Amino acid sequence: MSPRHHPPDELILDYAAGSAPEPVAVLVATHLALCPACRDNAARLERVGGALLDDLPPAAIAGDALERALARLDRPPAIFPRAPSVPSNRLLPAPLSQYVTAGLDGLAWRRVVRGIDQANLTCGGGAFKASILRISAGRAIPRHTHRGTEMLMVLDGAFSDETGRYGRGDVEVSDETVIHRPVAEAERDCLCLIVTAGPIRLTGIVGRLINPFIRG
Amino acid sequence: MKRVNRLWDEGVVGGAAVALVGASRPALDSAMDVAPTPKPGDFVAAMRAIATSGDRDAFATLFAHFAPRVKAYLMQLGAEASAAEDLMQEVMLTVWRRAESYDPALAGVSTWIFTIARNRRIDTLRREKRPEFDPNDPAFVPDAPRPADDAVAAWQWERRLVAAIDELPEQQAKLLRLAFFEDRSHADIAAALRLPLGTVKSRIRLAMARLRTRFEDER
Repeated sequence: MSPRHHPPDELILDYAAGSAPEPVAVLVATHLALCPACRDNAARLERVGGALLDDLPPAAIAGDALERALARLDRPPAIFPRAPSVPSNRLLPAPLSQYVTAGLDGLAWRRVVRGIDQANLTCGGGAFKASILRISAGRAIPRHTHRGTEMLMVLDGAFSDETGRYGRGDVEVSDETVIHRPVAEAERDCLCLIVTAGPIRLTGIVGRLINPFIRG
Repeated sequence: MKRVNRLWDEGVVGGAAVALVGASRPALDSAMDVAPTPKPGDFVAAMRAIATSGDRDAFATLFAHFAPRVKAYLMQLGAEASAAEDLMQEVMLTVWRRAESYDPALAGVSTWIFTIARNRRIDTLRREKRPEFDPNDPAFVPDAPRPADDAVAAWQWERRLVAAIDELPEQQAKLLRLAFFEDRSHADIAAALRLPLGTVKSRIRLAMARLRTRFEDER
């Protein structure tokens, strides 16, 4: 089933334009792998990029630029040692699989609170951090708000919060105006990719005791 | 000279590409001095000529149009002239090497070259990886089958898009250009323009809704 909750247009734009920080780009690209409708949207924006490129006033290039290029056409490409491609699977579609090279079990998991485990991914992106979050079946992320943006994408299972139900491929983007309490469905654990900018602030009583809990 | 000019006149398919094959370089150079602006369909033919027969004159045609624009794009995004020149060379070399993977049903040539330049810039200048989905991934959810006429539409739309962007309210068009040419996310654009984030988001959504409608009209 195709996802029903999509990344907002501005994130697709950041991705298509090439300005999205790497963790955000991972989330958007992984959603695109599962969502033909958003791929159409991204493709349309890439065409905007193509049109804008075509419309740019040409820059002056070196007088011998074409000769230089022609001289290189027949040279064999330099071989760079490439990291072996990591096989994807249902839980970790490409390109996310490239960031979880040793599989889910090979990640450095740490317990956040009972029923919630988190493992950081190594990924550029400055203020943005990406990690995998496992919410045990029936458990909830304590009610919290955000200082920056939080993006959650479901990889397996499903959760619900005040704004709706989120299943595989669905994306929920929350900012400082949102206070929510995502609860995993009872049947199975819910696995999510989470991308955050800025710490998450718990708002409940228990939450305040263990704040800040998701370090990202 | 005459044979080369057929490329500019004939538009899209087979024959135009063939016209280029075997045209001598000096003839091509002199033709360029007087050549009218090539049409996007000519570039599709040139891509095909590179992919099928390693046609260097077809490459020169693409180079004449795109190399200065790729360099301009990289400089817009903050690369200094010599770095932009070098990276432009890499981009154009990639165009040559990957010509076989170009699919006119998916994108016009300028869109395809834009994505190569964008990704190269992220790799080289920003030193980040560019995560992209992989249609061969078993987890990939494929598209519904498409109408066959999409192949023609892909490149035709690009030119119309320039017009469509120009027809957007200035505030919206400006945001789109900034997104592509400033290496700033929408949040950073909002901060730079001292606009509320919500305002920037709603302008982007309005612009995209308009472009979407426009595309659907033409389908």
